[in-house]
Amino acid sequence: MSAYVVRRILSMVLLLVLLSLVVFILFSLLPADPARLTCGKGCTPSVLEANRIKLGLDLPVIQQYWEFVKGLFVGRTYAANSPDPVQCSAPCLGYSFKRGEEVFVLIKDRLPATIWLAFGAFVLWLAAGISLGIYSALRRGRWQDRSVMGFALVGYSLPSFFIGLVAIFFIIIRWQLLPFPSYISPFENPVQFLQTMILPWIILATLYAAFYMRLTRNQMLEVLGDDYIRTARAKGLPERTVIRKHALRAGLTPIVTAAGLDLAGLLGGAIITESIFSLPGVGSLAVNSVNDADLPLIVGITLVAATFIIIANLIVDLLYAVIDPRVRLT
Amino acid sequence: MMRAARPFLAVEGLSVEFPTEDGRVQAVDGVSFSVERGKTLAIVGESGSGKSVTAQAIMGLIDRRLSVVSGRAWLEGRDLVAMSDDEVRHERGSSMAMIFQDPMSSLHPFYRIGAQLSEAVLVHQKVSKQEAREQVLEMLNRVGIPDPKTRIDDYPHQLSGGMRQRVMIAMALINSPALLIADEPTTALDVTVQSQILELIGTLQQEYDTAVVMITHDLGIVADIADHVAVMYGGRIVESGTVDEIFYEPQMPYTLGLLSSVPRLDQVRAERLDPIPGNPPSPISLPPGCVFQPRCAYSDRVTSHACETVRPELVDIGGGHTMRCHLDADQRGQIASDVLSALAGGGA
Repeated sequence: MSAYVVRRILSMVLLLVLLSLVVFILFSLLPADPARLTCGKGCTPSVLEANRIKLGLDLPVIQQYWEFVKGLFVGRTYAANSPDPVQCSAPCLGYSFKRGEEVFVLIKDRLPATIWLAFGAFVLWLAAGISLGIYSALRRGRWQDRSVMGFALVGYSLPSFFIGLVAIFFIIIRWQLLPFPSYISPFENPVQFLQTMILPWIILATLYAAFYMRLTRNQMLEVLGDDYIRTARAKGLPERTVIRKHALRAGLTPIVTAAGLDLAGLLGGAIITESIFSLPGVGSLAVNSVNDADLPLIVGITLVAATFIIIANLIVDLLYAVIDPRVRLT
Repeated sequence: MMRAARPFLAVEGLSVEFPTEDGRVQAVDGVSFSVERGKTLAIVGESGSGKSVTAQAIMGLIDRRLSVVSGRAWLEGRDLVAMSDDEVRHERGSSMAMIFQDPMSSLHPFYRIGAQLSEAVLVHQKVSKQEAREQVLEMLNRVGIPDPKTRIDDYPHQLSGGMRQRVMIAMALINSPALLIADEPTTALDVTVQSQILELIGTLQQEYDTAVVMITHDLGIVADIADHVAVMYGGRIVESGTVDEIFYEPQMPYTLGLLSSVPRLDQVRAERLDPIPGNPPSPISLPPGCVFQPRCAYSDRVTSHACETVRPELVDIGGGHTMRCHLDADQRGQIASDVLSALAGGGA
């Protein structure tokens, strides 16, 4: 087990190296010129060229990548020989000249809102998705099943920017049930935090809950037809025990995988939900960075989001081994 | 009292009807049989003949919200069909138990076998977990699991197929049920393991004085272990009698067909195996007359053409040997002796 974990972590690192290399090369091929961003309105070709050299953008891509990786561990100084060098301390994910701030710091400041949004929605969608999915499976073919599945279909089909905007229009503007969203840390003002987050949570969770209802229902229906469920009934176990102990244990296992990966995906930023509710999260930062062609920031966000997914993959695999005794991690 | 006269398990006119997208399906139609304690009844038939559904109906494993189960199934004088779901549940695993075809998929892959067996004890007996574990160890030992103290903490996938079926048998018999229904318990196992499992069931049957209903399509098994045989076809019993009556005085052409489609090592064969031509009928569209008529090689001997139009009744031809067939006694005798002598090695 521990040998497996070590090996998985090593391959994770290798994957991150490859991934960052690909991202780096990909973005260096874009027509946008990062040097242009460092050069204000009165830009002349000679200043631009000087800046390019200062930032090391004249170097070959591979060498730029090497500087980038080195910066992650030991920090990095841009334009070291000029009168106004820019310091980027380790872990340096790059420096946004557009925003005049280290990429790492920019992302770090935006992470709390994203994490709160993701976890809140996660709890909501798992609770709603799994419970309604089970309910639906146990009443297969009856009106309860049909209503839940109909609801899931609607939730799944409606784009979240649409229901998000409708919710803002009615709940905040028309009926004024909630104040205008304005993010604040829950440690500073829990009430305002909840008032701000409740709608984004629900909107984000609706989409995922719909998906999890269908997933859970299908899983349960499959498991309920399995032979060991018949054995459990043949033992004389009450139906409640058959469902809770035998069917759920087997049926929910694949949902753990899906849930882990979905949560990790959201930690990289829920772009639409964050943008609609103007939450200061990684997702809205990503949108802004794309609008500004702020290349170092885009690279940084991409890498952070990918790292979450890679780590979640490992955690999910380890969890799977805990849940299913047949899975041997070797 | 009626009760005293009734056999230990008496199934009377048991029928099961499923709704499907193509209409209602009569999977089991008026099946009757009985078994005494210590005796074995074999229910024989092809896939789709309704034998497993019959077993599940007796066990109360058919979802009665979706299907209609009618008739009677008296177990020690109490009608299982008339009981509420919860009443039948209390009988399941305590007074009657069942083992299934595939021991791998029949055990829960995520729980240790000790936990799965203890669960069966704890649901029916008021004992502590420790006492339940003691009973499990004892039972594992009885069914011939080597080193039960270690094996009790194994997961099903760590055991061989034969061991898993032993675990299933242990689970079924741990509350000493008086009725054991075995639904093709050896079909998924190696031949060498098959005989061990059958022997084990036989030994435990004697020990507990259990009535056994053995569902199988393997006539070799029937000859080995059964006292009585019921042959099922198209959801009905088409012939039933003692094992000797079925093997030596078969009446119904379907029974003959089954007998001649089995290789027999005890007799020198002159001809190749004779499979029954055609396929079992779909329960959605059963033939209007005798359900076996489309595959029957002898139905044209019935001059009235009753085979095509009239369902034959179950007739007692003496001593509890019953069968459904429109052929008269002479014709049946002639056909049976022809087929059996051909089986015995090409002409008398």
